[in-house]
Amino acid sequence: MSAHYPTLLVTVPLLSAFVISAAGWVNKRWCFPIAVAALGVSAYSCVGLLLKVADGGVVHYRLGGWPPPWGIAYYVDQLNALVLCVVSLAALINLIAAKKSIEREFPEKTAPFYTLYVLFVTGMLGITVTGDAFNLYVLLEIGSLTGYGLIAMGDKARAPLSTLNYLYMGTIGACFYLLGVGYLYIVTGSLNMADIAHLLPPLYHSKAVLTAFIICLVGVWVKMAFFPLHGWLPNAYTFAPSAASSLIAPLMTKVMIYVMIRLILTVFTPQFAFGTLLVSKPIVWLAVAAIVMGALLALKERDVKRMLTYIIIAEVGYMVGGAWLGNRAGMTGAILHIANDALMTLCVFLAVGCIVYKTKGARFEDIQGLFRKMPFTMAGFVVGALSIIGVPPTCGFFSKWYLISGAIQAGQYGFMVALLFSSLVSVVLFFRIFEIAYYEPFQDHHGETHTHHASLMDEAPLGMVVPLLIVAAGLVVMGLYTGGIVSHVIRFVIPKGLV
Amino acid sequence: MMGEFMQAVIAKYNYWIYITLMMIGLYAMIAKNNLIKKIVGMNIFQTAIILFYVSIGVKKGGTLPIVEHGHGAHAHAVHAADYLNPLPHVLMLTAIVVSVATLGVALALGVKVYREYQTLEEDEILARIREK
Amino acid sequence: MKVVGLIIALLAGSLLVYATADFPPLGDPNSPASVHVSPRYIEKTMEETDVPNIVTSVLADYRGYDTMFETTVIFCAGVACFLLLRVYRREEPQERLYRHVLTGVTIHVKAGKLPPSPDFERIDSAWTPHDLIIKTICRLLIPFIQLFALYVIAHGHHSPGGGFQGGVMLGASVIVLAMSQDLRTAVRRLREKADALMCATGVFIYAGTGALCLLLGSNFLDYSALAPVLHVDPIMARSHGIFMVEVGVGVAVMGVMIWIYNNVSSMGKYDEGL
Repeated sequence: MSAHYPTLLVTVPLLSAFVISAAGWVNKRWCFPIAVAALGVSAYSCVGLLLKVADGGVVHYRLGGWPPPWGIAYYVDQLNALVLCVVSLAALINLIAAKKSIEREFPEKTAPFYTLYVLFVTGMLGITVTGDAFNLYVLLEIGSLTGYGLIAMGDKARAPLSTLNYLYMGTIGACFYLLGVGYLYIVTGSLNMADIAHLLPPLYHSKAVLTAFIICLVGVWVKMAFFPLHGWLPNAYTFAPSAASSLIAPLMTKVMIYVMIRLILTVFTPQFAFGTLLVSKPIVWLAVAAIVMGALLALKERDVKRMLTYIIIAEVGYMVGGAWLGNRAGMTGAILHIANDALMTLCVFLAVGCIVYKTKGARFEDIQGLFRKMPFTMAGFVVGALSIIGVPPTCGFFSKWYLISGAIQAGQYGFMVALLFSSLVSVVLFFRIFEIAYYEPFQDHHGETHTHHASLMDEAPLGMVVPLLIVAAGLVVMGLYTGGIVSHVIRFVIPKGLV
Repeated sequence: MMGEFMQAVIAKYNYWIYITLMMIGLYAMIAKNNLIKKIVGMNIFQTAIILFYVSIGVKKGGTLPIVEHGHGAHAHAVHAADYLNPLPHVLMLTAIVVSVATLGVALALGVKVYREYQTLEEDEILARIREK
Repeated sequence: MKVVGLIIALLAGSLLVYATADFPPLGDPNSPASVHVSPRYIEKTMEETDVPNIVTSVLADYRGYDTMFETTVIFCAGVACFLLLRVYRREEPQERLYRHVLTGVTIHVKAGKLPPSPDFERIDSAWTPHDLIIKTICRLLIPFIQLFALYVIAHGHHSPGGGFQGGVMLGASVIVLAMSQDLRTAVRRLREKADALMCATGVFIYAGTGALCLLLGSNFLDYSALAPVLHVDPIMARSHGIFMVEVGVGVAVMGVMIWIYNNVSSMGKYDEGL
């Protein structure tokens, strides 16, 4: 069966979605085990695929048995395989952690929620594994539509409107990408990524290819909320139910950054992106603006979840900037940060999910005295926060290290300063939260201070805390194994031309 | 000179039509205040892209992409130049379905917003949110 | 906002106009799109899939994987509309309105009681129009719409048509019933649960056909693997495989169209609808 890993990892969750949807009408209790089993098989295939790719190089798979470029082909190299593993494991862990909150928030609609959840993961995995530019668009729409459904189930008053705004922006982004693919199709006649890359070199100076590149890039930027196209993100993620925000926040933006890197490396080739075009510098400056604005806007917020959404915007700036530095260290940092940032975002959002489950909100007044009330949750949160700040041995430190050394090599000191500045701001942000959660006594809703209450432990359910602690431990493990990941996986992704 | 330019413009009229439609759609999505008008703009935008793709498939002298056949066929060879390019049609079938699906979800969200605020004008909704 | 919108639209438009300089003119038979990938579809479709309608063979076979996800997209939309809108608990009004079907007389009945005779139909607002001509004509049309839809699905190999088009028509036939009578009548004919199961079954048929090929030892969606099961040669097996997935698409599209209509038109309450 190992030859079929590339298709199993997408089609098993896909098939399970229909089974879950049907099972919901018979017995709601079957939905969760089916979803866990399907994502488990998917994660197993992803890990198996990563080991296979690390061992024997690129894996090809022909869907329907048709040779590319006539049929759709999967093309799995170290880059896909790494992102696939992160996506599938994060989705699986989050599903287990989210069971309690899903069942509490939507007692009657667990089945459609799980269906959309699994389909969202299918979309994300499909985007990552595919080698066909149009297939990517279709899967992008699956990921987006399910995302709209999941996000709009949050805060009753605000979520639908912010989701509608997300839908407008998301549709513009996806349509731009589709249009860019159309431009590539009209000048090359092909939709297969490798085939397009093969046909492009004589067309490097064509206006149509340049425009296709710009439109695709802008489309993907809208989807990943790159500054100044980030407007939809904070509201959509803040008002989403915690099960959905801890799924979508780590995965959607990171997978879109993967798509951008795939476009640079495989479709348009680095010679075109960094050599023919002279846009690297302006894009890195845009990334600097994203990082600085994200950090400053985060400072203003008085709600942990909303603050984290602005940190995501800054992190997107890290990765876009790193990828556009145009050197080996920068690209390594960007790819490593996709994996690391997905895990640390998952970690902090899971922690916020636990907090919201107990306190019904994550505003700064809600988290007072939480270190005593929920010590394990807060321990997980601290590890996630340290990783976002970039404290060794958590993994955030190492990707930041690569990004900074890439910036120095490229002579982009502005980017380096922005990285350091945002780390400094993160220190302020998180230590402010630690201070509130550590020192100030817990206040109940009557406004009276109960010091004796504060000493009682009132931890979130075990099913939520254990996954959180596993992810937190994963952050440290990832950090310790950074060298291995870089030398066995990422090194092979970066083309030889990049120094 | 002028004549050549005009000829080049006329030979590519399909692109001008789609670009105009796309700009109308994009403008409506950004500038309109009513949420349903934005959805309408979104549909115009998507339809413009569908027009663009379908016009790629056109070939002068080509016919519908259905191979002439009969029982005991394969008698005559099929020439690609005689038929329209089927691939853009296939892709756009997908894009049409996607736009229908997006429309469905957008309308459902619109209904949800209306149920909450009893209006679909964005400025009125925002004013009501600020009041709270 | 108006100025911003205008500027963005003009910027995007001028970028696209700029790129048009390198595009082939409309209908150029030598454009890259016409000579690189697509000729094989046109020239080999009969040889490789035995389907004369090239759009069908590309849609369901060469690029069948795309189409599977396309069907999944509308399934997602159906589930999302259901998840967003469906309301289960709603307060029943103090008294229900019933209208006598033949005379159009409206009566009020206290909650929990039944109308005096089965000739009454439940309505939600007193002004609900009652139109005999529309109802009768729609009732007469529905079987023909459905028959034609089945023809469109079954004949997709040879003429324009296929699962999507036929499925939409099948869905429309039920929606016509819901619009001409009311949603309750339509839902009595096709229950919510049956409809939801139909959506899932349709897409499952498509993905399941692909998985069956996988179990028979070929790649996913490689219909030629079905040859030993169907007792035909591998090329005919592709043709039959395409028909199987087209049926799945038809079922799924019909179900989803009705599901979305029911939820959006009644705001998830499943009352009389529009």
